[in-house]
Amino acid sequence: MIVAQGLKKCFDGFVAVDEISFAVEKGEIFGFLGPNGAGKTTTMNMIQCISPKTSGTLEVMGMDVNTHQREIKKNLGVVPQENNLDPDFTVYENFLAYSRYFNIPRESAKKIIDELLDFVQLTEKKDTLIEPLSGGMKRRLILTRALINKPKILILDEPTVGLDPQARHLIWDKIKSLKSQGVTIVLTTHYLDEAARLCDRLVIMDYGKILVDGTPNDIVKEYIGTDIVEAENNPSVIACLKKRAARFEALGETLQIYTNNPQEITSALLKECPLRPITARSASLEDVFLRLTGKKLRE
Amino acid sequence: MSYFKLPKLTTFVWKVWLRNRDVFMKTYKVNFLPPFIEPLLYLFALGFGLGTYIDTMDGISYPRFIAPALISISIMNSAFFECTFGSYVRMYYQKTFDAIIATPVSIEEVITGELLWGATKSLINATIMLPVLTAFKLIELPHALLVIPFAFIAGFLFASIGMCFTAISPNISTLNYPTFLFITPMFLFSGTFFPLQLLPEPIQYFALIALPLTHVVSIIRALTLANLSSFLLVNLAWILTVSLILFVLSVNLMKKRLIV
Ligand SMILES: Nc1ncnc2c1ncn2[C@@H]1O[C@H](COP(=O)(O)OP(=O)(O)O)[C@@H](O)[C@H]1O
Ligand SMILES: [Mg+2]
Repeated sequence: MIVAQGLKKCFDGFVAVDEISFAVEKGEIFGFLGPNGAGKTTTMNMIQCISPKTSGTLEVMGMDVNTHQREIKKNLGVVPQENNLDPDFTVYENFLAYSRYFNIPRESAKKIIDELLDFVQLTEKKDTLIEPLSGGMKRRLILTRALINKPKILILDEPTVGLDPQARHLIWDKIKSLKSQGVTIVLTTHYLDEAARLCDRLVIMDYGKILVDGTPNDIVKEYIGTDIVEAENNPSVIACLKKRAARFEALGETLQIYTNNPQEITSALLKECPLRPITARSASLEDVFLRLTGKKLRE
Repeated sequence: MSYFKLPKLTTFVWKVWLRNRDVFMKTYKVNFLPPFIEPLLYLFALGFGLGTYIDTMDGISYPRFIAPALISISIMNSAFFECTFGSYVRMYYQKTFDAIIATPVSIEEVITGELLWGATKSLINATIMLPVLTAFKLIELPHALLVIPFAFIAGFLFASIGMCFTAISPNISTLNYPTFLFITPMFLFSGTFFPLQLLPEPIQYFALIALPLTHVVSIIRALTLANLSSFLLVNLAWILTVSLILFVLSVNLMKKRLIV
């Protein structure tokens, strides 16, 4: 559905997206994961045809983003990172105005809007102005607005940013049910649990580059193993690990050992080193993320 | 010359226009009031107040002299402020333009829709003034009815001027500069409250070349006094030419600002 080859975006010489390549398949949920400033939004904007690419190729549904903007946009539903519901209108008026931008006739628009408000459980807010609504409701409404034209591809730029757990779960449910209806979904997030829970495949981006791609499970297996054993950072443990050619990394006071066989490592350490607290847990996407992008704070 | 690239437009322009009309109609009672009251204030203060000391101005009574100027000023202000402060708020604070260009509507169509809406505001406000001025017998019907379509044309000119400033303003408060340096002088020196001929000759030429309101006042005064002349064609040609140039320029400037 979306194919990028050597896609690049510069802002006045600053490279925001650096020759990335990826392919999103029909019907899947494809994630862009990365810290702030990684280039996720910039990539989404190029897919949406609202920001021209600097070089490389980018096709959406087989159409070039430079030459077929209107046809592409007709088939997209977009949840932008920043809320941009129209504060001059009520919820219902927002959707009606939006439906006109897709040339949807008024009568069918009314029907679709009623169905959608029901779908996100906001029918009772139909005639409220936007301002007094909670962040979670605004996000749900933006998701609803993105569905008015029955899009084939949904672009969700941090769909649950800043929401409480209840609101996040509600949005996740809606995303899953949209997927089951056959909609192709591209989402960006910096929430690891969100990516692990939703995405069929994902890429991790940093500084404009794609660092890894694959299914969440494969990525964790490839970069970490199934488990992580954490032990105290001291020379005797390190010596023991080096002897066994184990993969590990020092993170401040602790050593993280990446392994597929936590029992073996744990018992070896317990046997060979002075007894210290050791914990073992299964590896997650978060471990890969932190390992690849570092623990340094961004922006 | 990408500043003067002709925009490609479709009927989506009207969807943008409709958005603004819908917002306007939500509060139409409040919106119709100012254009009704403002000319009355000027008429009483200047026309019937100051005007009692003026026998005639350019051969006509002072209230009849300034009535067309009041219409022209209203046309200028309606479109200019709609497409400066109004458009700036929609563009920057409300992110309305961002929301619209995520749909099949293009940025060129958004800006053109905004300009047409600015022109429509001029038409609405000028039209509201006509019955008031007619009641005081200050304008000649039916000629003055031509003010209505002309208000749209002249409004489009001021909308385009405003949009150019909106496109290059780093923030909303810098829009005060064109207001004080351009709109206010035009308000005073475009043959509005006294004839252009009273000004030194070089300034008269300057007004004709660089102050759009001069041409608008000239045409509207001819219409409200039912006193047509062939020079009006020059006025109209000036307005149409400059409108077209600034329309294309404003769309391209906005595109440069918003599509990065
Ligand atoms: N319009 C712009 N002009 C200049 N730099 C920009 C612009 N938009 C984004 N950037 C820069 O590009 C980089 C990537 O930004 P973005 O795509 O928003 O990251 P993300 O969405 O992953 O947080 C950031 O360093 C950001 O400052
Ligand atoms: Mg972002």
